[in-house]
Amino acid sequence: MIAFLIAFVMLPVLAVPAPAEPESFSFKDPKNVNNIIFKLDAPLEGINGSANGISGTVTFDPQNPGATKGKIVVASASLTVPNAMQTTHMHGRMWLDVENSPEITFEARELKNVKTDGNKTTADVVGTFTLKGVSRDMTIPVELSYLKDKLGERLGGQQKGDLLVIRSTFSIKRSDFGIQPGKMENKVSDTINLTLGIAGASAK
Amino acid sequence: MKKTLLILAVVVALGAVGFWAVKGANRGWTRTNIKHETPDPVTGLSGVTYEKGFIPGVDFLAVAALAAVSMAGISLLIKNKNAGK
Repeated sequence: MIAFLIAFVMLPVLAVPAPAEPESFSFKDPKNVNNIIFKLDAPLEGINGSANGISGTVTFDPQNPGATKGKIVVASASLTVPNAMQTTHMHGRMWLDVENSPEITFEARELKNVKTDGNKTTADVVGTFTLKGVSRDMTIPVELSYLKDKLGERLGGQQKGDLLVIRSTFSIKRSDFGIQPGKMENKVSDTINLTLGIAGASAK
Repeated sequence: MKKTLLILAVVVALGAVGFWAVKGANRGWTRTNIKHETPDPVTGLSGVTYEKGFIPGVDFLAVAALAAVSMAGISLLIKNKNAGK
């Protein structure tokens, strides 16, 4: 009888689903699709290129997207433009100095203006952007898409898990990061427009 | 020699324009990394990769034009075999 009463009392407690745990998403993409596109539009010359050496981890809770935190890392040497010689110059000491500054990072600390509609969340991410050894606090707009149980579909059924897609468009100034400030602005624009499209995987 | 250089200059100029046109008449700078986009239908993202290649641009045309003009110029400096006969 006592056992029955305990079971009766505990039943509603057990029936309540446990709150979802935040998931950790790795952005090292086995499909090599993750990329950041950069565009510089100077009066005399436009430079377009992309970077695909992306890694990092983001913690995302589907029940509380506003608590998202993480760090995205881009290998400086993966920045490529259509001209091989120009790519070599860009990697050199005068510009990105990839030998001494091998990583470009953004570390997210806080999300503001969070709006969630279904599996999509838009927010302004407050964090620290580090380029060529110079760190600056920045706020950038992002769109997060949580794709539950889509990892297997993406990888051809190899693994089960969820995906988190992050998209963002923002700009930085190279002069803010000590990259040839005030020099050659007719050919290499000070403003660098960045478009980020990356997918992270949380395997189960 | 004079005639050969002139013909060579014309061949270089026409060849360069033809090659540039066949390769897509790129009005930008010469590209030696060719961009490829790979769509990912699950995420809606599009991956960008580069592979080695050659798409001539306006700088290629400029170099070819300079070479052709130089050859034509040198040919004008060469005395004609029959001159003075």
